[in-house]
Amino acid sequence: MLGKTAGGLFWMFRYLERAENTARMIDAGLRISLTRSSAAESEWTSILQSTGLHGSYTAMHGAPDGPKIIDFLLRDPNNPGSIMAGIEAARENARVVRTALTREVWEAVNECYMVLKRVLAEPVADRDLPRVLQVVRQRSAFVRGASHGTMVRNDMYNFARIGTFFERADNTARILDQKYYILLPSVRLVGSPSDNVQWETILRATSTTRAYQTLHGGDIDPRVIAHFLILDGRLPRSLAFCYGKIGENLGYIAKEYGASKPCDALAEAICSKFRAHDMNAIFDYGLHEFIGDFLRDSTALGRQIEIDYRFSE
Amino acid sequence: MVNKPLYFDEMFGHGTDARLPYEAYCKWFNGEDNARLLEKSEEAEALFRLIGVTFNVYGDPDATERLIPFDLVPRIIAAREWAKVAKGIEQRVRALNAFLHDIYHRQEIVRAGRLPAEMLARNEAFLPQMIGVTPPGDIYTHIVGTDLVRTGDDAFFVLEDNARTPSGVSYMLENRETMLHMFPELFSKIKVQSVSQYPNSLRKSLSACAPPACDGKPTLAVLTPGIHNSAYYEHAFLADQMGAELVEGHDLRVVDGRVAMRTTRGYKPIDVLYRRVDDDYLDPLTFNPDSMLGVPGIMDVYRAGGITIANAPGTGIADDKAIYSYMPDIVEFYTGEKAILQNVPTHRCSEPDALKYVLDNLAELVVKEVHGSGGYGMLVGPAASKKEIAAFRAKLEANPGNYIAQPTLALSTVPILTDAGLAPRHVDLRPFVLVSPDKIDITPGGLTRVALTAGSLVVNSSQGGGTKDTWVLEE
Repeated sequence: MLGKTAGGLFWMFRYLERAENTARMIDAGLRISLTRSSAAESEWTSILQSTGLHGSYTAMHGAPDGPKIIDFLLRDPNNPGSIMAGIEAARENARVVRTALTREVWEAVNECYMVLKRVLAEPVADRDLPRVLQVVRQRSAFVRGASHGTMVRNDMYNFARIGTFFERADNTARILDQKYYILLPSVRLVGSPSDNVQWETILRATSTTRAYQTLHGGDIDPRVIAHFLILDGRLPRSLAFCYGKIGENLGYIAKEYGASKPCDALAEAICSKFRAHDMNAIFDYGLHEFIGDFLRDSTALGRQIEIDYRFSE
Repeated sequence: MVNKPLYFDEMFGHGTDARLPYEAYCKWFNGEDNARLLEKSEEAEALFRLIGVTFNVYGDPDATERLIPFDLVPRIIAAREWAKVAKGIEQRVRALNAFLHDIYHRQEIVRAGRLPAEMLARNEAFLPQMIGVTPPGDIYTHIVGTDLVRTGDDAFFVLEDNARTPSGVSYMLENRETMLHMFPELFSKIKVQSVSQYPNSLRKSLSACAPPACDGKPTLAVLTPGIHNSAYYEHAFLADQMGAELVEGHDLRVVDGRVAMRTTRGYKPIDVLYRRVDDDYLDPLTFNPDSMLGVPGIMDVYRAGGITIANAPGTGIADDKAIYSYMPDIVEFYTGEKAILQNVPTHRCSEPDALKYVLDNLAELVVKEVHGSGGYGMLVGPAASKKEIAAFRAKLEANPGNYIAQPTLALSTVPILTDAGLAPRHVDLRPFVLVSPDKIDITPGGLTRVALTAGSLVVNSSQGGGTKDTWVLEE
């Protein structure tokens, strides 16, 4: 397959995952502004920071304001990080790699684009927002489902999967990076309303509220949340899960090509950290430092995959 | 229905009863409800949009991806009618290839006085870089789209020979798929010759033209200018259907004397490149130095037998409209036979007598640019206003050699479906021809283009034309 095609698949699925994650973030922000209006402004700020768009938002719109932020993240044509821009970029990549996609996958991504183009043509009214966010999550799930059900398990599929998990782990890590301080064992304000809000943001923004309930019951404990999002291999949005998958997918490519590449060693180094450490060791090392290391390592891995498989010249 | 007696309608002739090839279809149609068919029409549009069968319109930022309207009344051709057309096309394509070989080698046709030397010498489409070069298998036009128009029961004319990069074949295939999907019952009643073998035939035909450097199974690739090109969908579609890679210039480079594509495992040589990029952009070292769409050095590899380029560089001269006017002579010169398919009588405005006649009769004529395509820059006299004619007259007088003129043909019509039922519209036909050393393969039918505006003669998709499925019936 062409290097460009590998890159196109990787980015198509990254953009889809990113749009879906942004929808989760808006959902978390909306929830808090509806239920805890006093905490809304600081939570919106941290959501903007997690998406990496705080700077461009402030430059364009100034102080955080719920409706403005929602429109900015959903559909602002001047925001290349908006959901609409992400879906457009995913579809443009899909057009480039069209010969690598099954008809089902192409139709799912094209329909995702057509539907969102329609529902995001105008600013979304408050009453329609939950439904619109649901459409984003649903349409992106359709593409994932079509890929899962119809794509041959070869290098193409593996590059697509690597893009998905790479972006997902990145998203989880950025939320943790914003909120690490409330997960530290030294936090003594357990049970205070403000902490509950922040924990709720974390779980909602990763769509893991329900999974947390199932696995850990109703008691919200910051140490358990940290373990859950970083090390729990059962949770499909945890860093350990995503990197386990990236390692597997890279391994399948190496096996298919009969050659291991430098990126395989980098991925293995990241995976081994998740295997070797428990939460106590991570807290001893420093949670913030651990996540900072992870973000740096994953950036390096992304660059190495691009070089090893010749995404561009 | 009422028919203007002036035009031959392919469904009803000059009368009101269905002509023989349409009998079974009309019987089915008369049992159908117009409202249901209009719904089917919308269904077809949604399907095309979902699949992404779109084209890009240059210079229109609001509608970068547009659908070509599809009309669901098929155009039907009897096996007997088609046999003659196919024979004529084969003869013409054979002559075109012999002509291209000749003008890039000994130029016997000029020596024999059948073609003026300046037709080549002053022609931008003639590539001096191709002189003395023989392409693999001696094939120049691997893919041809011969545009035909019809004026009567047995009267077909060649309107132009598209010998560089004819487009539209994906519409031919998608139109048929759509019809099969929407009206399966019709195809069990009426036996229509299949077109779906085209991508496989294209793969085989191109593979049969592999260059000397190819050892083993030829590697094919389709070269596209990229996703913003108006025919990108077709490029992706053909690559996909042939199982070939879809490449752009930046995926390619010359490695060890071969043109190779950058894959995840390193550079891999290409044997046959089906390029959908114009000559001018093919090699910045040989042609336009600013081109980002081509491959630096590909022409050197080509001349050394390292790659097949389809169609060969320099074939554009054969679909030049001034050369077109010599086609009857060209066919006779190389095949020793009279042309089976007629040319439309053509006035070369470069000749003073012809120019005078054209200027005196502008309101009756169709005037085209010699190198033009896509329906741009042409004058349809009978449909033009006085002001448009005056403006065109000035352009023509300033540069007569750039134009040819033809009488306005009484193009046949085929009905389309409208809210009020069937209504006749003018059509043309682009059959698709594959040429290899082994054979000339013509897909039965081709792409029917239809002018959707009543009375209009311009069928180009860029000018608001639509398409129809084209049926050639089984014997």
